[in-house]
Formats: sequence, structure tokens, C-alpha cells
Amino acid sequence: MMPVGHYLFLSLALFIIGTIGVITRRNVIVVLMSIELILNAVNLNLVAFSRVFGDASGQIFALFILLVAVAEAIIGLAILIAFFRNRETLQTDEMDLLKW
Amino acid sequence: MLDSVFFYFFAGVAILSAALMVTRSNAIHSGILLITTLLATAGIFLQLRADFLFIAQIILYAVGIMVLFLFALVRLRLHVSVGQIKFSRQKYVGSLVALALAFQVGILLWSSRQIPGDGLLIQGAAPAEKLPPNTQELSRILFSGYLLPFEVASVLLLVSMIGAVLMVRRRSASE
Repeated sequence: MMPVGHYLFLSLALFIIGTIGVITRRNVIVVLMSIELILNAVNLNLVAFSRVFGDASGQIFALFILLVAVAEAIIGLAILIAFFRNRETLQTDEMDLLKW
Repeated sequence: MLDSVFFYFFAGVAILSAALMVTRSNAIHSGILLITTLLATAGIFLQLRADFLFIAQIILYAVGIMVLFLFALVRLRLHVSVGQIKFSRQKYVGSLVALALAFQVGILLWSSRQIPGDGLLIQGAAPAEKLPPNTQELSRILFSGYLLPFEVASVLLLVSMIGAVLMVRRRSASE
């Protein structure tokens, strides 16, 4: 068993890379992928602590996060396909219907 | 010893491919690199003796979601978005804010190891051969203490499936 701090720093790195992707990319699909990366980083923390404390509840939570990530990806891509059909664009800064 | 070799190998692969994922301009390449990151994380789950999550991660993420993403990329006519500007205007400010967040959390983690006896360097985890079979243990907890969330999750998946079908369906001419 490694010290749990190593897992935390790995998870932090993945989380920050995901955050940078969400903030800076223009392609919405890559933004969705970055969100998956963030959720994955959180899962890593949960599983590491579940191993440290010998309590499998952390893995149950990771499993539920996995499920929510799947639902989010399905709905997100469905919204994107419907949006693309109307506006013919996938760039975040061209999605400005609510802006005035 | 073997444990740490495993960990550092998979951690390196995960961070490298995640960084490449955010910076590649072709979205298909980003998708492939995301698969690599998720598989490397699955390897770390295995190193943590979370066998069930290892398999679930591979099946759900690396196969299911990525097929979905690549399908959407092809369907949404990828060549439209290739060759356009990759980053949005706020890229410098955004990266700066994210790195400031990383710095803060890093300092927090670093300083918390100074707490004697209660810091991050918990070494008291049970040895691997003493652990109960992972899938068995997980299902025992899932179907006793977490039965209600399990059912709610199934309803959530059903609702998202119906929603996706409704949103993607083409409007018929009569509407």
C-alpha cells in the first residue's frame, strides 16, 4: 500500500487538467470529455480512501458516480445532437442565445 | 515494491494522456486519449484491489461511453470543427485560475501531512491477502445498506434513456 497522499496528488492533477479543459476548450464534446475526467478523479479519491479505511462504502459511492456520469454523458450528447441540428455549430462561444 | 511500480506507471500514463487530451485539436484524438486515461485509472483501481470497479470502469467508460462519444463525433460531421480555433478567448485567464486552484489544494494537502499521526501518510491499510473478495463484499453492502439508492439509480438511467431518445428523435412533418 502506497501512502494515500500519492493518490490524492494524482487525483488533484487529473482534476485540474479536467478543469483547464472545461474552461479553455471551444469544442463542446471535448468539454464533456473533460467533465468525465473530473468525475474520474473524484472516483480515484473515493477508492483510495476506501482501501485505506478498509470500508467498501467508498467503492459503492464510486459506483454511483460512475452511473451518474453515464447518464450525464447520454443526456449531454443527446442535447448536443439536437442543438447541432438547429444551429449547425459545436463551438462554446457561438452558443449565445441567452446573451444580449 | 511491485505495487509502487504499478502505481507510478499508471499514474504517468494517466497524467500524460490527460494533458495531451486537453491540448490536441482533433476531437477524435482527444477521445482516444480519454480512453487511455480511463484505462490507466482502471489499472490504479486494480492496484487498490477494487476488482469490481476495475471491470465496471472498463465496460462502462472505456467501451460504452467512448463508443457513444466517437459515434457523436462522426455523426456531428467532425470536419466542420477541425481547423477552427481550438481554445476560447479566456484561455489564459482560465488556465491561470485553474492553476491557482491547483496551487491552493496542493498547499493544503502538503501542509496536512504536518499533523502528527493524523496526516495523509496513513499506512495502516490491511494487507491485500487479508481483504474479503471484493465483488462479494461490494454486493453485500450494495444490497443491504444501499438498496434504495440502487433502485433510484436504475430509475435515473431509465429516465435518461427515455430523455435521450426523445431529444434525438426527428420532428415529424405533421408537428
